[in-house]
Amino acid sequence: MLKRNKLTPYLYLFPAFAFLLLVYIPIFQNIWDSLYEWSTFSPDKVFVGIDNYVHLFKDPVFYQALKNNILYAVISIIFQVGGGLIVAAVLEDKLIRKFSPFFRTVYFLPVVVSMTVIALLFTFFYNPEVGLLNQVLKMVGLDSLAKPWLGDSNTAIYAVIAVSQWQSIGYIAMLYIVAIQKISPELYEAAEIDGANKFKMFFHITVPQTKEMTFVAVILTLTGAFTVFNEPYILTGGGPGTSSEVLSTYLYKTAFSKDMMGYASSIATVILIITLLISLVQMKAFKTGKEDA
Amino acid sequence: MQMPKTNVTLPNVVNTATKERKKKRYTGVTIVYVGLIIYFIVIAYPLLWMIISSFKSTDEIFTHSWSMPHTWLIENYVTAWKSGISSYFLNSVIVTGASCFLTVLVSALGAYGLSRFEFQGKAFVLIICLGGLMLSPQVSLIPLYSIIQKLGIYNTHLALILPYVAYRIPLTILLIRAYFLSIPKELEEAARLDGCTSLGILFRIFIPMSTPILLTTTILTAYYTWNEFMFAIIFIDDDSLRTIPAGLMQFRDALQTDWGVLLAGLTISAAPIVMLFLFMQKYFIRGIANGSVK
Repeated sequence: MLKRNKLTPYLYLFPAFAFLLLVYIPIFQNIWDSLYEWSTFSPDKVFVGIDNYVHLFKDPVFYQALKNNILYAVISIIFQVGGGLIVAAVLEDKLIRKFSPFFRTVYFLPVVVSMTVIALLFTFFYNPEVGLLNQVLKMVGLDSLAKPWLGDSNTAIYAVIAVSQWQSIGYIAMLYIVAIQKISPELYEAAEIDGANKFKMFFHITVPQTKEMTFVAVILTLTGAFTVFNEPYILTGGGPGTSSEVLSTYLYKTAFSKDMMGYASSIATVILIITLLISLVQMKAFKTGKEDA
Repeated sequence: MQMPKTNVTLPNVVNTATKERKKKRYTGVTIVYVGLIIYFIVIAYPLLWMIISSFKSTDEIFTHSWSMPHTWLIENYVTAWKSGISSYFLNSVIVTGASCFLTVLVSALGAYGLSRFEFQGKAFVLIICLGGLMLSPQVSLIPLYSIIQKLGIYNTHLALILPYVAYRIPLTILLIRAYFLSIPKELEEAARLDGCTSLGILFRIFIPMSTPILLTTTILTAYYTWNEFMFAIIFIDDDSLRTIPAGLMQFRDALQTDWGVLLAGLTISAAPIVMLFLFMQKYFIRGIANGSVK
């Protein structure tokens, strides 16, 4: 360890610390802001206490948005965590391994493409008249199912969620592939000698041995689902009506279209509390995980 | 009496059993491959469709959605490039380049301070970094918007670069620190005896020895900044300063009817980071894996 000047380590950390102020100050500022009624153009803030929150908890759009976030979370856990694990387990099976680098790379491709590109591309596929999705449905004789996916308030949120799944399953699968590669091959060899079939091996070796990654994946997906913004913003803008609104898009609209900054801050606080709760569960579980070991 | 009988039939039984098993395995593998190929089509076809259709005229996209272009309209790319994409692209290059450089430099300095010195408040700094991983930008949006206006950088590239660096630092510091901790102490002691200052040791020993992690963190930062959307649409108002993700929205509104050109714009936007991924897959995946296990 270097000794000498006591100030030296602080000098090294100073630039990082200065930048981190940009992450931390807004968190506290936001809570403070949520106690006022204010807009960007008027200079005075009016202290209203917890009025914004009282209002928020009576706001049907808020509940609609929260419901959509929960829907997002449930569907994402099933498809991304469940689907990702299955895809990874299949790709890591020794019977498939020859081609798995190829499949792996392609499945991961959407992850590196920005959501703006993907969402604009999917507006073509969802297009009611000429979109590929309806064309495919007509080809296979399911004309009756064809509909304006993004323009129908019953399907809009599902169409939005589907795009997220399309992009992200490959990401979680990649995380699971890394985790599965760390499992000792002897476990599988022993099970094979005992005559276990692939399903047994999956449930008795792969699933328990990747438990930690499942936990990480669930946390990542949950956080993603409760902070999602790009997909609904670009695909539907929260509409039709408020049918595909999520907390982040509602926050954005309240702040930058309606210019109700205090109210928008209270939505941000709700997002903060949800993400902090998820992080707390994560920290607690990691702690107990370490005590076990 | 039974013994010889079993002796005769046994090999046969085993034989049919393994055959059966092999046959079963064969059908199993076939089903799995069919599944993998269907999933492959679901992922690859939309991306291929984007590239193929970007060479078509709007009419052709409508009427012959599934076929190859009648004539390959390379001018779609020229039009896209000229009608805005070039400036968005340049802005993205500037913002991404500056964010990567600053993030890695500031994080390497911080990681060095954290891994090679004992000082008061070290645990606190580590907690602040870990905590920074958990905070999502949505929560900070409104105050950050005010801060950026007060700093006088609203509607400049700095309005994106500073927040991007701030949000990338926690993870980058932790990843670089873990790597620095694995560098043997003997090296720096030898350098110190030769009269190297601590800054000299960082730049002559630590940084050259840490290329893999510096590459990984640079790629992760590039991936984040190239694709970031929310800050990009809010903190920049002037179309000539927009980065690609925000610019594409403008581009779509301007080009409502010209699908081929829009798709060419989308393809140009996605290309650099896809290339980066294909060529540096190893670093990319290592980064993604490290980054997830916070």
